[in-house]
Amino acid sequence: MKKLFKSLSLPLYAVITGLVLGAIIMAIAKYNPWSAYGSLFAGAFGNPIAIGNTLAGAIPLMLTALGIAVAFRTGLFNIGAEGQYWVGAMAAVFIGYNFASMPWYFHIPLALIAAMVAGGLWGGVIPGLAKAWVGAHEVITTMMMSYIAILLAHYMVEKGPMMQQGFVPQSPPITASATLPTILTNSNLSAGLYIALAAVVVVQILLFYTSFGYKLRAVGHNGFAARYGGLPVALYTVLSLGISGVLAGLAGGVQFLGVDYQLTDTFQSGYGYTAIVVALLARNNPFGIVLASIFFSALSSGSQMMQITSGVSANMTDVITGIIIFFVAADRLYAYILRTLRKKQVVAVARKEVQS
Amino acid sequence: MALLEIVGLRKVFGQVVANDHVNLTIQSGETHAILGENGAGKSTLIKMISGLYKPDAGTILFDGTLRNFSNPREAIVAGIGVVHQHFMLIPALTVAENVVLGIHGGWGRYDRKRAEEQVRKLSEEVGLPLDPSRKVEDLPVGMQQRVEIVKALYRQAKLLVLDEPTAVLTPQETEDLFEVVHHLNQEGIPVIFISHKLDEVRAVAHKITVMRAGKTVFESPVGSASAEQLAYWMVGRDVVLQTRRDAVQSGATVLSVNDLTVFDDRHTKKVDNMSFAVKEGEIFGLAGVDGNGQTELVEAITGLRKLAHGSVHLQGKDISHSSVAKRIEQGIGYIPQDRQRDGLVLPFSIADNLQLREVSTAPFSKRGWLQKRAAKKHAQKLVEEFDIRPRDVDLPVGDLSGGNQQKVILAREMARHPMLLVAVQPTRGLDVGAIEGIHKHLLALRSEGRSILLVSLELDEILTLSDRIGVMHAGHLVAVYNNGEVSREELGLAMTGEITAKEAGA
Repeated sequence: MKKLFKSLSLPLYAVITGLVLGAIIMAIAKYNPWSAYGSLFAGAFGNPIAIGNTLAGAIPLMLTALGIAVAFRTGLFNIGAEGQYWVGAMAAVFIGYNFASMPWYFHIPLALIAAMVAGGLWGGVIPGLAKAWVGAHEVITTMMMSYIAILLAHYMVEKGPMMQQGFVPQSPPITASATLPTILTNSNLSAGLYIALAAVVVVQILLFYTSFGYKLRAVGHNGFAARYGGLPVALYTVLSLGISGVLAGLAGGVQFLGVDYQLTDTFQSGYGYTAIVVALLARNNPFGIVLASIFFSALSSGSQMMQITSGVSANMTDVITGIIIFFVAADRLYAYILRTLRKKQVVAVARKEVQS
Repeated sequence: MALLEIVGLRKVFGQVVANDHVNLTIQSGETHAILGENGAGKSTLIKMISGLYKPDAGTILFDGTLRNFSNPREAIVAGIGVVHQHFMLIPALTVAENVVLGIHGGWGRYDRKRAEEQVRKLSEEVGLPLDPSRKVEDLPVGMQQRVEIVKALYRQAKLLVLDEPTAVLTPQETEDLFEVVHHLNQEGIPVIFISHKLDEVRAVAHKITVMRAGKTVFESPVGSASAEQLAYWMVGRDVVLQTRRDAVQSGATVLSVNDLTVFDDRHTKKVDNMSFAVKEGEIFGLAGVDGNGQTELVEAITGLRKLAHGSVHLQGKDISHSSVAKRIEQGIGYIPQDRQRDGLVLPFSIADNLQLREVSTAPFSKRGWLQKRAAKKHAQKLVEEFDIRPRDVDLPVGDLSGGNQQKVILAREMARHPMLLVAVQPTRGLDVGAIEGIHKHLLALRSEGRSILLVSLELDEILTLSDRIGVMHAGHLVAVYNNGEVSREELGLAMTGEITAKEAGA
């Protein structure tokens, strides 16, 4: 319990620092930070529908961040989750508007499995094998594969094979049998929430309660020792990136079966990048990811309300996000400050003891 | 007159009293050894002398004045030169550049010729010939240490502190270092020599101070204290220095290496057509200067490196191309040379590290599920048995001392009762008490009829433990002796390659 609290404290400081500095900036710009944050909060959590939309926005973040965390735990940096999200989306939508006669209990799983396989192949197997065989760095390969995926999605709906009849660059909508039911009327919140929460539990169990997870983490902390321990490091590299891609692909699938229903050519989810921040803030802890993704989703869902009622630009939340990222990355700074403070205390106590 | 006089020094970190009532007097021109186990407070003392820590109580009188250094620079200016265990050199710079770095006249241009000339002259004066134009990264460790010493002297050190100077040196380099120390003494420069190796201290020092649990507990001229006495003061109990071995019982061959050739990562041939065998109940000691192919040989036997030619058999089975996992399963235990890099996952707990080599098998996991309770029970047993401190099995091994980290590896490998244990430098950097314990465990394994391939740079260790001794030089096994039939000098000669296989009795 104490350990959990300790691991939560640094991210918490980063968030508080971000919010405080954000308030100072708003005050300098002659806005009232209290009312701004008040409206931000109201916009994100003010009524059931707002809460539903905040949670809905957290779902793809949660799944993608889980994937990134799995890779991080193995010492790998999956920077191309955005692309894996889009191949997952393409696969799910493709299955979703075909097979209209299928009952939902086959159709939805089939679409989601297709999304996961696509994401896994794209993010894991190809970059993973490239790394294992020729040492191509995953930061480069996952990022490049990401661009390929995004542009491929464009092609698909812009006169490509997934384009709907007519002139609008978009795919046909998925059929009713492939649609994830909405669990809160008038909001975007779909049954995808259960899938995301289940994934959190599964990843937590996988990482910390199976020998497979032990090996993933061993490879991540020290590849030399893992090799010494008889683990095939290359295989675990592929598997880790693969799981990472599976989860990002699932994020795309869940988002399109539950919220977006058809591919359009406005390709900018940004989830793949925000999810990196979510994973960092949560320190790759699956349950921490739940909280962190709700937090970032709230920042974005509440920002509109903030702009309307207090006049602060919605972009202010991006500034806050930036500050938080900075302080999460600079966590050693906090560690340093805390250590110096503690040392001073200890010295003072020791002095007193010596004198008495 | 005493150059350095320390009275009642005390340093406290939180709950831990690192130094207390420390007294030390250093006379001009003498070598004064400070002996103590890991964690006895030697490093803390040195850090206070060199200005890295401020003492909480006590006085340091150096060169006639009371000193209260607030940073290392002040100590250097006062004339205290420290050569740390980990060298503070910049590998990409030349010897001369490293030596003059930071004091070569502020903003001005670096006068290469003048600096090199100065360094050459100084190094020859003190009997430490160095080529000032060579890059530090190209020098062997012994030479790098010389650079550190010359660097201290260039800063006009009146007192030289050597912190565990022999930990990284070969026997020959150690001999050379002792020469240098004697030479410095003749020049009037006293040396504080920190060590936990009894024989070295007795060979080099005039006076010995023993530290235990943060206090100076014993001081004596070197001649009037026996090794047993010193060990007693260090550990606080009687220590058996020569571990007794029972008679050799050699049975079937366990490991056989035939015509083995291995290349390193740069495709240089490191093991050249080497053959030998280790029998049941036998400790085969492999002596040799570092870098003569021992590492590559060991990696080829344990499965971490591909062999280019030849074969390795374990109990008659060809394992030349088996995976590491397969070899673990077939009974090879391995204590690697670099414990932190290869042997441990530092952020993992003691319990997690103790299952590193067999996490997939019962009792540590069943059908892929980790059995945390079984792992913990196993760990608690081993922590007791091998005296790993502290006893908390959930503690990350990164928080343990070096000696206890080594015990974790030893415990893990011994617990499996391996048919063959490959132990590389199993006691490197450990203190007398810990070494004694590890030697006992190795001998116990041997009494069970298991085989041990012991690779060590320390001849004493090889001579204490081995039944047979092989000497490696330039990738060849140049000689094999029965222990007891060979002198240290002969072994030393073989290590330099001054003997051919023909002359050696096999």
